Amino acid sequence: MSGQTSLHIDGRLVRVKAGTSVAAALRVADSMGVARTSISGQPRAPFCGMGVCQECRVRVDGRRMLACQTVCAEGMQVETTA
Amino acid sequence: MTILALEHCDLLIVGAGPAGMAAAVAAAPSGASIVVIDDNPAPGGQIWRDGPGAALPPAARKWREALERHANIRVCSGTRVIAAPAHGELLLEDAVRGWRMQWKKLILCTGARELLLPFPGWTLPGVTGAGGLQALIKAGLPVEGERIVVAGSGPLLLAAAATARAAGAKVVRIAEQASLAAAAGFAVKLLRWPGKAVQALTLGDTRYRTSSRIVAVQGRGQVESVLLRQGGREVQIDCDRVACGFGLTPNTQLGQMLGCALAPADTGAPPLAVDALQRTSLPGVYAAGECTGFGGSERALAQGTIAGYAAVGNERAARQHEHERARWNAFAAQLHRSFALAPDIRQMPQPDTLVCRCEDVPFSALAGCSGWTDAKLHRRCGMGACQGRVCGDAAQFLFGWTPPSPRPPLSPARIATLAGLAVHGNDVDRQ
Repeated sequence: MSGQTSLHIDGRLVRVKAGTSVAAALRVADSMGVARTSISGQPRAPFCGMGVCQECRVRVDGRRMLACQTVCAEGMQVETTA
Repeated sequence: MTILALEHCDLLIVGAGPAGMAAAVAAAPSGASIVVIDDNPAPGGQIWRDGPGAALPPAARKWREALERHANIRVCSGTRVIAAPAHGELLLEDAVRGWRMQWKKLILCTGARELLLPFPGWTLPGVTGAGGLQALIKAGLPVEGERIVVAGSGPLLLAAAATARAAGAKVVRIAEQASLAAAAGFAVKLLRWPGKAVQALTLGDTRYRTSSRIVAVQGRGQVESVLLRQGGREVQIDCDRVACGFGLTPNTQLGQMLGCALAPADTGAPPLAVDALQRTSLPGVYAAGECTGFGGSERALAQGTIAGYAAVGNERAARQHEHERARWNAFAAQLHRSFALAPDIRQMPQPDTLVCRCEDVPFSALAGCSGWTDAKLHRRCGMGACQGRVCGDAAQFLFGWTPPSPRPPLSPARIATLAGLAVHGNDVDRQ
């Protein structure tokens, strides 16, 4: 895999290595890599890394996806979720 | 309303890790139409996860190429099982569509997940699973210059540390809960499996400490330090990230939903029960790899090969791999004995420690519950998006509660997928 992919995370332009997961890109966009806020308002970031815990769910181009199982694509719009 | 497409195959394999890959390759020469579905973006499972931060080992490439070589194997990545709407049929979903897949034979290679246990601070951003950290790094997570503490139990801690170090992180401590005698005993026993012994040597680390437990992870908004109990004393270590793993739990949800029997387990969650040909209790349904108990990729490959041959009626070829399977079953048994979790790991959560991360249910709210169903109905434990996969395992370990057999949808699904199902007049129910 070579080259870079550009995507937007909460409106911010982020460049990552091609093939990077959205979960990894969250960390590039934000120092803590927060994906969502828990029901009591705590920040949560990718935890299991393999599609089990659901902590990394975000909206990708309007669809709810697991960030850890989604590969970044050029022009993707990612929104972290409250 | 959308009418879901209906597809057919002779052999459906769920999971494209080592077991699923080996099963498909063993079954392919029969000429059967084979479909392999997997929820990750590429085949390989957790151990052979591809990505910008991963260097795929030659074995992984070999198996992947073998899958590609057979025109009768179709791999559907990024695909989940949602339900089993009818006998011999699964409802599947990927990023764009939902569809129904009819099969004549089914092999479950659903793998295992990490046992993630609650301790103060485990919900802070920067805390991940140990295997979780490995997966995230392989998928491009930048950790260069980060100070990382790895804690929990088992050889996976060393593997996660090695991956982090190779990615430029400073691994400041590897805290193993097992005693020095247990860990050293395991290392000595590895001489029976020379390949594993060599692997262990390459993973050796001067930051490794035995009889070490997590007390708490501290930080405001993200990880800043970890408090460990090492033998009799407590030490605080400043760090940016904590990766924790307490062993593995077999992913038996799909098998259970279909009605496959579980095998008795000495400790931990029970795996799917299989016979010498990897057959489950359900006719036409086989299981291989870590959903039948965890024990590494070599065991999964041997089991997958046997299941693949058996599923296409080549029992003779299947039996030729029994010796190999027995060898790696013995390795798995040794692994379980050496890294059995100490009872005091159950003391990790404090009253305000969240056990259910989806519904933010604290330990104190569960202490008075009579069982899993009580906790679910009255405290909402396990009612969130992970459907109890994290807190259910934790509750099983902490309180001995057995979660009931899962019900569909097996994964969060789009309404369109579920609605399309209703058009066919099928009940979304177990077989």
